Amino acid sequence: MDNIAGKKSALTWAVNIAVVALVALWVFPTVGLLVSSFRTGDQIASSGWWRSMLPTEQNLTLRTAGGDEAELVDGLYTVSGNLFAHEGREPLNISAFGTSSRDVGAYTPGETVDMGDGEIIMVGETGDYVYTSVEEMSGRGQRVFVTAKVAPEFTLENYDNMLFNPNNIEGMSKAFFNTLTVSIPATIIPILVAAFAAYALAWMDFPGRALLIAAIVGLLVVPLQLALIPLLKFHNEIGIGKGYLGVWLAHTGFGLPLAIYILRNYMVGLPRDIIENAKVDGATDFQIFTKIILPLSFPALASFAIFQFLWTWNDLLVAIVFLIDASGETTVMTKQIIELLGTRGGNWEILATAAFVSIAVPLVVFFAMQKYLVRGLLAGSVK
Amino acid sequence: MNPALQGLLTIVIGVGGCVAYFYFSNILLDKVLFPPRGPNAGRNINRANVIRPWLFLAPALIALGLYLAYPVFETLRLSLTQRVRGGGYEFVGLANYQQMLREPKFWEGFNNNLLWLIVVPAASTAFGLLAAQLTDRIKWGSIAKSLIFMPMAISFVGAAVIFKLIYDTRPAGQEQIGVLNAVWLGFDGGIGSFIWLRLVPALLLLALAAGAGALGWSLMKPVLGREGRSPGLIFGALRILSAVLMALLVYLMLRQTIAVFVADLPYGQPQTWLTIPFWNNFFLMIVLIWIQTGFAMVLLSAALRGIPEETVEAAIVDGANPWQIFFKIKMPQIVGTIVVVWTTITIIVLKVFDIVFAMTNGQWETQVLANYMYDKLFRANDWGVGSAGAMVIMLMVTPILIWNVYNARREMR
Repeated sequence: MDNIAGKKSALTWAVNIAVVALVALWVFPTVGLLVSSFRTGDQIASSGWWRSMLPTEQNLTLRTAGGDEAELVDGLYTVSGNLFAHEGREPLNISAFGTSSRDVGAYTPGETVDMGDGEIIMVGETGDYVYTSVEEMSGRGQRVFVTAKVAPEFTLENYDNMLFNPNNIEGMSKAFFNTLTVSIPATIIPILVAAFAAYALAWMDFPGRALLIAAIVGLLVVPLQLALIPLLKFHNEIGIGKGYLGVWLAHTGFGLPLAIYILRNYMVGLPRDIIENAKVDGATDFQIFTKIILPLSFPALASFAIFQFLWTWNDLLVAIVFLIDASGETTVMTKQIIELLGTRGGNWEILATAAFVSIAVPLVVFFAMQKYLVRGLLAGSVK
Repeated sequence: MNPALQGLLTIVIGVGGCVAYFYFSNILLDKVLFPPRGPNAGRNINRANVIRPWLFLAPALIALGLYLAYPVFETLRLSLTQRVRGGGYEFVGLANYQQMLREPKFWEGFNNNLLWLIVVPAASTAFGLLAAQLTDRIKWGSIAKSLIFMPMAISFVGAAVIFKLIYDTRPAGQEQIGVLNAVWLGFDGGIGSFIWLRLVPALLLLALAAGAGALGWSLMKPVLGREGRSPGLIFGALRILSAVLMALLVYLMLRQTIAVFVADLPYGQPQTWLTIPFWNNFFLMIVLIWIQTGFAMVLLSAALRGIPEETVEAAIVDGANPWQIFFKIKMPQIVGTIVVVWTTITIIVLKVFDIVFAMTNGQWETQVLANYMYDKLFRANDWGVGSAGAMVIMLMVTPILIWNVYNARREMR
């Protein structure tokens, strides 16, 4: 149907639109979180992130100058100035203002408001105000609630606070390094172990080989949930307990079936001539493996490495069972986010930033090495 | 010691240890145990070659045995025992299973898991097929593909945060910051609401029911003997079973179609989506569908490209319409890949834990088996019942395990 002349142009439009809609639907959630992580808590709470590009109507709480700046004018204590200037903000156009938090949009700008007790305030459209009182003023200035259009604004403050603030106990920097510490050895170690085994399964002849391959295909789908308690007991018995060593070993064990499966499938496809020629020339199996097989298998090695890295980086269950002890010193990012979801459920600027810190690395790996990831997927799913 | 340093050291020891093991064990075999010289040279070479594969395999086999095979049996044993006060275990037979079967939370998790098992693989495969079909025909298809594929890199926990923002609820009167509520409040019960919330869902349901009915009918056809060759006893029974399941689905969807028109929708009130029983399961499933669609798309796209063009061209020459080409020519050629995608996602669904753990923790009737098991193991500290729960998951995976092994063995021959 793709090839029928004349039909194509009409259909292409529909297809293009459908794909745009599909992609938009799939990207929309992530973009929402990304945009939110660059907004302040006030902005997130006052408008949906999809409006962040437009100026938003926000309610701001501002203050007049304090009582000590009051001057006596015509028998009245008076402070005046600009509400925005006091806060160090850019001046905005006020559409409404109020003096009580119960009715923040009670008056239109330019109105003179009698607040009782001989206090009168006048707020202009630009934020200029005159506030007078019969009695002497003291302490901080009078609160004024204004409604104004605020231009879109984005900030890096959330990330700064999450990553570089040493006083922030909810920070992600420690968890970030812990996650890195978990995932890099847990990615590298199984590769080598699996590569040797895959070579034996692909190119060496021995009784029981077919049975072993079948067993590995079977182990591919064994849920790791079954391994939690037996292995935790085992780790406690041999004295590892909860810690990095345990989590590295566990990830190695759980990653091996996929690694062996992907690598064996790839190695079987390598040309037989090369290997036989090397054998005739007197190379040992060890030499064949290190000098010929390993370099040629690079694409498969890369595929598995990406899988294992994404899996160990994103893992929660293995980390909370085998790694994170009561002290919480070794917490990983996924666990930290779960904690934040519990304690800071409504603080989206914190949640969004924390989540994006943990998502960023896999996304970079994903976009940089997508080719290998796709290849690994095609090789790794049991046919 | 600094963990980063420890990590570095582990990499060095792990990698160095592996290389050293393989290198020296080979040397030991060739130079010391069975040297290929002297009077027994020929016999020695043969003996060395018998042992060598096991040298290469040993570390992997030990790790696999210890970390995957042994736990299966140990969990089975634990599920039959109970901790005794003061340490030790005693054999209690099936008491743990009986206790588990009496718990409503277990059945809630079990039923929800069944719901997940039907909806998530079906929806992911369907969306994946749609995305693969569409993106393969346009110029910027590869970009579109990588954007749809992207959620694959995002952790379940990260995805849970992303979707919690979407489902966020503010009290009525405040500005809604969750997209779903913002859209929901846009509906006022007028004609637009009727079209989008009643007519469109009803049509979708009818289409799904028609699809399920067609699938059930095509499953039954060989059993009824309409296609000549009748299937064997086991496959016949499987087909009848699946067809009955499809009929049940059709019935449920038709009933739901009526319900869509009758239901009284609370317009104008912001909803806390994750606390609405039954439907909140679907809001959790959307997260996994969002992640897995990319996977399905990548595999199915490769399968679609692998279809020989001659078959499609021949069909066009014979005057087949696009629908016929898709369902009669392309579908039969990619059905193997669809099965692969379906089973892979099924296994992921059976193990789904992080999403439920992060979003609802099994409250509001969203429990699933993996989270139930985790609750038992690490919150109630009841290893017996927890292990019994794990065995249920294992049992549900077993048919796929057998199917995979069977296929792998057939392929190797």
